Amino acid sequence: MHLIEVDNVKKEYPDGTRALRGVSFSVRKGEFVAVTGNSGSGKSTLLHILGFLDRQTAGTYRFEGKTIDDYSREEIAHVRNKRMGFVFQSFNLLARTSVLENVKLPLLYSSVEESLRDELARRAIEAVGLSHRVRHESAQLSGGEKQRVAIARALVNKPNLIFADEPTGNLDSASGQKVMEILQTLNEAGHTIMLITHETYTAEHAERIIRILDGKIESDTMVSRRNHARRSFIK
Amino acid sequence: MTLKDTFNIAFDGLKTNKSRSALTILGIVIGITAIMLIVSIGHGAEKLILEQLGGMGADLIVVRPGKEPKGPSDIADTLFADSLKNSDVVALGKKSNVPDIVEIVPAVIVSGNVSRGGETFRPAMFGWSAEFMSEVFDIYPEEGVPFSESDIRGKASVAVIGSKVKKELFGSSSALGENIRIKNRNFRVVGVFPQRGQVSFLNVDEIVVIPYTTAQSYLLGIDYYHEVMVRVGSPDVVARAVRDIELTLRETHNITDPNKDDFFVVTQKGLVEQVGAILSVLTLFLSSVVAISLVVGGIGVMNIMLVSVTERTKEIGLRKALGATERDILTQFLIESMLLTGIGGAVGILLGTLFSFATSFVLTNIFGLSWVFTFPLFAALLGIGVSVAVGLLFGIYPARQASLKSPMEALRYE
Repeated sequence: MHLIEVDNVKKEYPDGTRALRGVSFSVRKGEFVAVTGNSGSGKSTLLHILGFLDRQTAGTYRFEGKTIDDYSREEIAHVRNKRMGFVFQSFNLLARTSVLENVKLPLLYSSVEESLRDELARRAIEAVGLSHRVRHESAQLSGGEKQRVAIARALVNKPNLIFADEPTGNLDSASGQKVMEILQTLNEAGHTIMLITHETYTAEHAERIIRILDGKIESDTMVSRRNHARRSFIK
Repeated sequence: MTLKDTFNIAFDGLKTNKSRSALTILGIVIGITAIMLIVSIGHGAEKLILEQLGGMGADLIVVRPGKEPKGPSDIADTLFADSLKNSDVVALGKKSNVPDIVEIVPAVIVSGNVSRGGETFRPAMFGWSAEFMSEVFDIYPEEGVPFSESDIRGKASVAVIGSKVKKELFGSSSALGENIRIKNRNFRVVGVFPQRGQVSFLNVDEIVVIPYTTAQSYLLGIDYYHEVMVRVGSPDVVARAVRDIELTLRETHNITDPNKDDFFVVTQKGLVEQVGAILSVLTLFLSSVVAISLVVGGIGVMNIMLVSVTERTKEIGLRKALGATERDILTQFLIESMLLTGIGGAVGILLGTLFSFATSFVLTNIFGLSWVFTFPLFAALLGIGVSVAVGLLFGIYPARQASLKSPMEALRYE
């Protein structure tokens, strides 16, 4: 069964902007897919629909076989919490809050027992190589470290799918490289990754690239010569 | 998400903007402090007044001439009434009319100065029975004796004076047997009351008591009384005695319609009830005025919560993207708002208690009142309840605004 099935999805905003003009594709569990395109192509709109953060105006989108209409608002929140993880370009960490507390945030909204939360968060932080920064406040971290905390937060509930929206957009190349390395490692460990990026080089870290132009899929190809990030710091 | 988690998040939210949170709750703090102070002072005043009324004696019934004053226009009728005569005292004194009666004493009020040599003093002066007064208030002359029944019958020119009157007129020399002048008439001092200050409504230190017969005949030239005091066997028979007094006086005054009574009866119980009712209404009125300040404080809280929701739009979006439900966000902001006002309430209770205590300290130690500090537990509980309710009421709108934010829009917000 496909994890994601998108069938002729369209999105038109109230001001008349047609961000998606009929998009169809599907993603299997364990795939690493990059959605790429220029600014305004509709890739962020697609991510919002895929992440149940927004609704399409036409077409069907199924996640694990169900559409957004099959869920109540409470259930949608639960799906976002347990089944999906989000990594944003601007990190979106809570200021004046420690790395540990930031990573624990999704656990607060799940049914995980309080006594287990610290342990799960520490494991996720370890997976992104930031064990030494657990007690630091997010403001004390570099951009690259912030994004790694964001990835740990996306991972902590062991979701089926991780959405990464321009995760290297605000980072220098070395930090970006580390972030991509983590995403590739996670993918190898079985996580499905949907990467949204406008950078071709970053997109080529995925195994499949869907290129969007003016709200339509221009191409959907497998990457023949995949970029591999250095495997130096992740154990 | 557990309630503890929500509390932690809400508390963190408040800590982020400490000075703003403090200023926001100032309105609530002031409101609750004022309510605590009003209720505490109200209680204290009630206790003080009731204690003084208590000095009057639960077995005492006072009959006054004229209509019972129900409003300002009745006061003139009461002040100038001349309906209580000696014949009434005689009728009331008969066991067949008022079986419960133990003692009956009329009184008149005399206004004017007392003097001796070049010294003059304006006392509270009564034509009364000094013996009766001593018994009722349990104050006996420390020098001399209260004048006797025969002094009253014989219209003797004798007086018992308070300690301050004595001091003003005689200094440190003895007053017993000496004359004082009241309205160009000499009165021999037969007794001096000890220093006692305020007892019931009388300042005993500033009192001059002369026989009521003397006051009527030689000072006032009247044949009526300003008051008739009746003592009954026990407080339990007061109600029955009041009914008997009313029936007797209506008969002697030929009154058939009780609404046309030209006298009225005052008892300690009745006064206590009246004073209690007046103080309760006053406290309620003042509290309602203060309640307005709580509404203003509540609007301040709502305003700041709305600002906070707007400021934290991105945080709300993030929480929703990470799995927070609308209910989670609503609860978080509601608790934040209730925590804000609840803390305000707690601080208000603390300050209110402190100020009430300070007030009672000043009234007791500087003004010499026998004021008792009471911690108004009910007002404290009400204060906490009201402040949290204000937080809930004025937090609902901002919290709902927060919970309804679309996560996508919220995350895009800059």
